[in-house]
Amino acid sequence: MAEHLLELRDLSVRFHTARGPVQAVQGVSWHLDRGETLAILGESGSGKSVSASAIMNLIDCPPGEITSGQILFEGRDLLTLGAEARRDINGRRIAMIFQDPLSHLNPVYPVGRQIAETATAHGTPAAQARGRARELIARVGLPDPDAAMRKYPHQFSGGQRQRLMIAMALALKPDILIADEPTTALDVTVQAEVLSLLEELQRETGMGLLLITHDLGVVAEIADRAVVMEGGRIVETGTPHDLYHNATHPYTRKLISAAPGRGEMRADRSPVTPLLSCRGLRKEYGGFAALKGAEFDVMPGECLAVVGESGSGKSTVARLVVRLEEASAGQALWKGEDLLTKTPREMAAVRRQLQMVFQDPTQSLNPRMSVYEIISEAWAIHREVLPKSRWRARVQELLEQVGLKPEHADRYPHQFSGGQRQRIAIARALALEPELIICDEAVSALDVSIQAQVIQLLGRLRDELGIAFVFIAHDLPVVRDFADRVLVMQQGEIVEQGSVRQIFDAPREPYTQRLLAAGLDPDPEVQARRRAERLALQA
Amino acid sequence: MSDTTTVPATPEPAAMRERPALLRLGSMLWADKFAFAAALLLLAMIGCALVGPWLMGDAAGGQNLRARNAPPFDLSRGWLYVLGGDALGRPLLARIVVAAQNTLLIAAGAVVFSMAIGTTLGLIAGYRGGWTGEVIMRTADVIMSFPSLLLAVIVLYMLAPSVANLILVLAITRIPIYLRTTRAEVLEVRERMFVQAALVMGASTPRIVFRHILPVILPTLLTIATLDFAFVMLAESALSFLGIGIQAPEITWGLMVSQGRQYLTSAWWLAFWPGLAIILTTMSLNLLSGWMRVALDPTQRWRLEIGGKRNG
Amino acid sequence: MQRMIGKRAVSSLISLVGLVVLVFFLSRLTGDPAALYLPIDASEEMRQNFREIHGLNDPLLVQFGRYVGDLAVLDFGESIRKARPAIEVVLEGFAWTLQLALITMTLVTVAAVVLGSLAAFRVGSLFDRLASMLSLVGASAPDFWIAIVAIVVFSVGLGWVPTSGTGTVWHWILPIAVLFIRPFGLIVQVVRGAMLTALGSAYVKTARAKGVRNRPIIFVHTLRNAMLPVITVIGDQAAALLNGAVVVETIFGFPGVGKLMIDSILQRDFNVILAAIMVTALAIFVMNLLIDIAYALLDPRIRT
Repeated sequence: MAEHLLELRDLSVRFHTARGPVQAVQGVSWHLDRGETLAILGESGSGKSVSASAIMNLIDCPPGEITSGQILFEGRDLLTLGAEARRDINGRRIAMIFQDPLSHLNPVYPVGRQIAETATAHGTPAAQARGRARELIARVGLPDPDAAMRKYPHQFSGGQRQRLMIAMALALKPDILIADEPTTALDVTVQAEVLSLLEELQRETGMGLLLITHDLGVVAEIADRAVVMEGGRIVETGTPHDLYHNATHPYTRKLISAAPGRGEMRADRSPVTPLLSCRGLRKEYGGFAALKGAEFDVMPGECLAVVGESGSGKSTVARLVVRLEEASAGQALWKGEDLLTKTPREMAAVRRQLQMVFQDPTQSLNPRMSVYEIISEAWAIHREVLPKSRWRARVQELLEQVGLKPEHADRYPHQFSGGQRQRIAIARALALEPELIICDEAVSALDVSIQAQVIQLLGRLRDELGIAFVFIAHDLPVVRDFADRVLVMQQGEIVEQGSVRQIFDAPREPYTQRLLAAGLDPDPEVQARRRAERLALQA
Repeated sequence: MSDTTTVPATPEPAAMRERPALLRLGSMLWADKFAFAAALLLLAMIGCALVGPWLMGDAAGGQNLRARNAPPFDLSRGWLYVLGGDALGRPLLARIVVAAQNTLLIAAGAVVFSMAIGTTLGLIAGYRGGWTGEVIMRTADVIMSFPSLLLAVIVLYMLAPSVANLILVLAITRIPIYLRTTRAEVLEVRERMFVQAALVMGASTPRIVFRHILPVILPTLLTIATLDFAFVMLAESALSFLGIGIQAPEITWGLMVSQGRQYLTSAWWLAFWPGLAIILTTMSLNLLSGWMRVALDPTQRWRLEIGGKRNG
Repeated sequence: MQRMIGKRAVSSLISLVGLVVLVFFLSRLTGDPAALYLPIDASEEMRQNFREIHGLNDPLLVQFGRYVGDLAVLDFGESIRKARPAIEVVLEGFAWTLQLALITMTLVTVAAVVLGSLAAFRVGSLFDRLASMLSLVGASAPDFWIAIVAIVVFSVGLGWVPTSGTGTVWHWILPIAVLFIRPFGLIVQVVRGAMLTALGSAYVKTARAKGVRNRPIIFVHTLRNAMLPVITVIGDQAAALLNGAVVVETIFGFPGVGKLMIDSILQRDFNVILAAIMVTALAIFVMNLLIDIAYALLDPRIRT
């Protein structure tokens, strides 16, 4: 048997928690060769990051415990080495980058120093290390490396910070780079850039790349091979092509079918009287215009998707319409009446018909109220809707409607998973039988398979109850199967709006085209085509 | 660590939910043995405060010249003299038990008043903000830097040095603590998503403040109040010690320490025992406050509910 | 940063003005100084004369107007008790208090940071639990009680240090030791918590993944971040000490501003009370400024 660069054999890791031991990883084996990209694919709780932490000796013992297995690096078992030997390998032979680079960079030191530290920690003289850091900052594509050296992490954008993390990891030309969800928090266009940077650097140095991700699209874009993990075990291994087309395990199939943007797009609808029409909606903070005059309509029973990257002003639109913030100018006509000029009392009456679901269900549910209290609060505010004697029955009805159990009514939000919490938030929005629900990134924080379920639920509610939706998202594929019309925003402006078919099949604006091309498709063949388009757009 | 290494929050067993609130609190208290002992001690102190003067009031006032500065641990004069006798031959044990009433009453009164007023003003300053909020905050600054000693002397001269007036002095000086904490918390909590969700639903200001903001900041306030109870006790003792607090024949532990000071070299126990009573009470309050921080937070509570295991 | 300092200065000034007005009028509620400084059998004429000399005869508002006028030319008035300019008396006392506060806070900071950090590294160990217990006792102890127990044990019993007064180095030991206890107890707990947070942070994980050794992880990466919440608490505690440790100064006969304050209040020496309040307010303002500057030096996010 040929020796691999890195090989895991039968690795099991257990965590001792207050609730008893939890088997995070069980009997995991895989290998990585030089110049190869291996993806570990899994959702939260699958144990996909644990093996990487074990390789880097980042598992705290206790509470963690490696119960069995070997980690062979160039044939040596890392688990038998002492702490100093492990430390010497970290950063020099095997390096790692993380999701959320802002919290993974030390906020109080200039980035130049932090990049140089990788080299100095392994004995490189300080002056030489600084020179190398400067070189690397230039290599990962940041403008003005000398100035960047002296800047602090908070002075960079998300994408730039991830480039800096990459520079830090590559300071000593490691043999292996482990990337843990490196692009998850980034905008789609930035994600594509960071992934291609990783690919380029891999070609240059011939390192092995271990990529941990939840995104089939990332796998299709960059991986040579992938392992799929669920509940701490590997359920399937193969090339992206094999996995996509010939998946045998039901979990892999479920993941593939949950990937957004696969289904039938909805047919165009004939125009009717709009429920909500916004005219010249503007919002300025100080001198900065976050929203520069948005104009759009929402028809009864229709889903309008608002798509844009961070800073596009898409959430501002929602917050202005529901009067969480006051608009600087413009009108938001609800059935012909301007919402923006209403007094708080007049507004309260309208709020019944206009509900909102927020991005993070963990934060949008009051942690000190039970589910029953959270949902019934709507009727405590709008007393005319439902007599108190019927509250409990109705809460149970609503919980069933969103796919939860009636007995969940007396539990508290922290006892539910993220997907369940979002269902509670939706049940709360439904309590007042609104005509329009604004979903602000309502599925962005959820795992792919949960995301698909929630979108399915929203679609059902639209079809059964005739509720209209404004669905705000940063990701185009997510809205493809669900939206009737799509509105693309960039830097406070609506750059394009049209029916879902128009936007996806025949985008007119270059920005929409770029956004579509930057999105990653789980099908490796489709993704290869898209990549060619993207490169063509760049050229 | 990334998502995978943190343990998913599995729902607690249903049985845990069904138990009555008091019993649950009790078992959570049992889980933290230090806090449990602290609670027991405080209960005993409160017991003394409630029935002490009724039980031992006569003994505490009865002078016995032969027991002047009687040493402790000598049972020949009866069990009341186990901690010794004071300069007038009164049994120290009885006096400590009786003094518990004034000591705890003053501290409790000051904490309750300052918390009620401070929280109300803090809610207004935090939620309304603007001009009103600014005035409230500047007033708090003035109170904060107003020398409490001067206030005590003014009250002492203007009004009588009674328990009620001492409560007034101490309550005024502690208002800024609650005011500032409440305001800071309100400013943070009002931006949280669930408050915004309630706003979108059309919730009125009283509903937002009393249903959503106050319950979230109340545990913090209670935790501070417990700590502050200890602080107020110390402040009261210091005032009594300086002679501008409670005046004899009323007694508090602080005043007892002060009275015992002149006999330090000949009869150390006169100042030692009341001081120990203060220290034990404040320590118990500190311990209990630490426990409350965990017990009153639904997302932390499980640490106590799973039983004695401490998880760092 | 400069705007913040400006804003802070303005709001502090407003509070100080309010405070001076309040103290000026309220302090006069404590009674007539003439009753204290003249013999009990002094005639009404003598009393009248005494009030005349100290300007206590005029209506309160006139007195206040005169006080503000004098203040404009930095005249803080006379001390009745010492028959010297009030500001001189106060500055003398303040010098003592400042030294006491500086020495105590320096010792507290060093000791609390070392002990708190060590406890955080060995979280859950016997040492950690001992440190927690110690800090709890420290934070709960009444200072006057500690002071008199210390006098009994170390001055009277063992005869190591003098009971009260100033003069030699030995006189400083007990006051500092007693003042040390409470802030130490509080700050150890804060340091431990902040250090635990920093050690569990994502950037420490990055440093370990880079192969950085333990020592630089502690001294370079965590310590500086953990100090951020700590210096705020240090500032609060230092402010409390600058206000004058009344009880401890009284017990040890230490001529600081705290003892001066209580004496002046009891002796109705109004000008000294007012001068003391203004001097300590200025000192606390300067110290808060220093804390802000330290914060900005430690945390670049504040600077921009």
